[in-house]
Amino acid sequence: MTEDFQKLTLRSKLAWDLLSQKPWIRVGTGLFGEASGSLQIIDEVYTAIKTNALEATVSEVGTSGLCYAEPLLDIQIPNRGRVIYGNVDPSNVEYIIKEHLAKGSPTKKFALATIDCHLEGIPKFKDLPMMKGQIRIALRNAGEIEPGDIDQYIANNGFVGLDRALSEMDPSEVLGIIKSSGLRGRGGAAFSTGTKWGFLAGNTAPKKYILCNGEEGDPGAFNDKAILETDPLSLIEGCILAGYATNATNGVVFIRHGHDAPIDRTNKAIDACYADGLLGKNILGSEFSFDMEIVLVGESYVAGEETALMEAVEGKRSMPRFRPPFPAAYGVWGFPSNINNIKTISYAPEIVRNGPEWFSSIGTDKSKGTAIACLSGHIKFSGLVEVPFGTSIRKIVEQMGGGDPNSKSIKFLQTGGPLGGVLTNDQFDMLLDFDEMAAAGAMFGSGGLIVCNQETSSVDLTRVLIAFDQMESCGKCFPCRLGTSHLLDILDRACLGKSLSGDLQLMERVGQNMKVGSLCGHGQLGYNPVASALKAFSSEFNQQMFGEGDIEIKKFVAPLHTRRGSQTLGETPTSIVKEDFTFEPKLEASQ
Amino acid sequence: MTTSQNVLREKARNAIETQPYKTITVLSSLLSVQDSIGWIPSEALEEVARVTSSTVNDVWGVASFYPNFRFTLPPKNSIEVCWGPTCHVLGAQSILQHILAEVGLENEGETSDQHLGLKLNTCLGVCPHGPVASFNHRLQGKMTKEKALRLTKSLMKETQND
Ligand SMILES: Cc1cc2nc3c(=O)[nH]c(=O)nc-3n(C[C@H](O)[C@H](O)[C@H](O)COP(=O)(O)O)c2cc1C
Ligand code: SF4
Ligand code: FES
Repeated sequence: MTEDFQKLTLRSKLAWDLLSQKPWIRVGTGLFGEASGSLQIIDEVYTAIKTNALEATVSEVGTSGLCYAEPLLDIQIPNRGRVIYGNVDPSNVEYIIKEHLAKGSPTKKFALATIDCHLEGIPKFKDLPMMKGQIRIALRNAGEIEPGDIDQYIANNGFVGLDRALSEMDPSEVLGIIKSSGLRGRGGAAFSTGTKWGFLAGNTAPKKYILCNGEEGDPGAFNDKAILETDPLSLIEGCILAGYATNATNGVVFIRHGHDAPIDRTNKAIDACYADGLLGKNILGSEFSFDMEIVLVGESYVAGEETALMEAVEGKRSMPRFRPPFPAAYGVWGFPSNINNIKTISYAPEIVRNGPEWFSSIGTDKSKGTAIACLSGHIKFSGLVEVPFGTSIRKIVEQMGGGDPNSKSIKFLQTGGPLGGVLTNDQFDMLLDFDEMAAAGAMFGSGGLIVCNQETSSVDLTRVLIAFDQMESCGKCFPCRLGTSHLLDILDRACLGKSLSGDLQLMERVGQNMKVGSLCGHGQLGYNPVASALKAFSSEFNQQMFGEGDIEIKKFVAPLHTRRGSQTLGETPTSIVKEDFTFEPKLEASQ
Repeated sequence: MTTSQNVLREKARNAIETQPYKTITVLSSLLSVQDSIGWIPSEALEEVARVTSSTVNDVWGVASFYPNFRFTLPPKNSIEVCWGPTCHVLGAQSILQHILAEVGLENEGETSDQHLGLKLNTCLGVCPHGPVASFNHRLQGKMTKEKALRLTKSLMKETQND
């Protein structure tokens, strides 16, 4: 153990002991909390404590993943365990707190679960249907500690992996651990992370970047934002480890503008790391130095594509670059770069701490570790479940997710975001696995599972996905720019009951052209949702497009800029036409 | 040059100089201006070009690409409605139609008195709470027709009191 880390551990232990001597109230107030009304809850908590002159520590934490029961109010009493109250209404907060803190009698009526204590008729937290079967690695601190608090993070085994790497291993050993753990990218393509890091490690340039991709524009996926709002230090530790393993010098966390909780909490965590010598020069007194910063991007789905991301970091339009050169040779600002998803990097600390065998013992043959599935749509227990690969889809949807809230039957899942596909109910016995799901035509992607019950029209949903793809096409290459527009036209006709004969064949041809002619994954995979839905629900498409009798006409209001060009940007500034137009690329080439 | 133009330029310059993150680019400067004054006046385009030593054309190219930016004064109050797939299957379209009717609009846009603006969003990021909308930048989940109308009405009232 490094001397610096010894000091931090000592400090952290003191802080943690102090914390456990007083009642501790935790409320999730990130994005997820906000949407469920928890900002009112936290206000009520502060008021209740003040007006009743109670003593307690209050922490604003991130989501615990149990979104269906938010807002949550989590009260811990020294030596008497924790009670978690669910679906809390602001008007009940004072009552709950007074009963629990002042009288020591938790209110069963609002209690959702208990930890380390017993309350008649209330389940243990780990026995909740949604928690049963979860193994939490990347989400291990979700809702448990204050985001960005170094002491609390260290008290829960944080930075142990980093300290061990810096004091006992050389970079190639860390790289070896990641390689043999079998970790694969969680951002979509499921590429081997160790191999990818190896590309960057092999480049001897003096300045190299680790880019943490938190763009997460996929509707239906929210696990990156959840990690950043609930435990940004896991990502930071992972990023430093990635930097150490590849001899990189700089880390960038890339987040979409507007998601304030993930942004602010990550920012606060980075500052805290600098203050404690966990970032910057000579980390924990070692030879290794590493800097980290946040870069925000405008609303753009394609900005999540690795080369478009580099353009956006440089402050330009997020349009993909041609490859080669690949990022490990020529990345952001021309420096060699490695890009990983937030989840991927957040696994690294625990893998280094527990060893690669531990990680690879979880999961299936080729998909190691856990997957963080995002459940939304027609599902009783919506939120995040972290399960080992190899868990069956049916278990996730029906047991952990509780099925449809109104007990209707589930028709299909939309997986892998707007470039993914559908999994129909008869395929639910499939085990969660990157390759198996891809073979079935539904990517696991970054983990979004949108649950659709029997009342969902697959034609209508496909139109929404294609409207999304059309709107988000960056416009750089025409097979995608025009192809998505064509597909949307055809699906619009279908939903209005005005299909033309030959529309199906036309879609197929357009899709084929997009696949072979597009520059990036957005266009190449853009036909996926159509192909997959057509395969699964061909009779439904036929009925909606060419059926006899009553075709349901679906109205659909789309953003004006789904039709790029129809967008009004106001008056074009007159100064835009400048005679002395000069363009100076500002790239400092590496070496 | 009029005073109001000078004031805008001063505000834009200020926003660019005090931006929160380390790396300063065309995009980071524009986001900072948008955050602090709510829109991108042409003075800001010029200031961003100056600070980043690029051209106004380049800056306009970036600004017109991302839907974050607007080039006219923002409305006083704003509603954002998510039309992403999760919210869609949970009935976002019907909620949207009700809000549109209440506000008197046919699609995204602003009321003629500039008091209320409506924007559609591809995903507000909190799908497990769908259908989702935001009212004056506060996220609201589990939207129903009734809840949406109540929140819309309260924003419309707010505008009348001002
Ligand atoms: C259109 C498009 C959008 C993408 N969006 C994201 C994204 O939002 N987040 C992400 O991590 N990866 C995204 N990716 C995948 C990235 O290009 C890249 O493969 C990934 O970040 C690599 O990380 P990993 O190896 O950890 O999976 C996107 C790819 C494409 C083609
Ligand atoms: S495929 Fe689409 S998103 Fe990708 S570069 Fe071409 S136009 Fe842009
Ligand atoms: S799809 Fe509506 S918030 Fe994500």
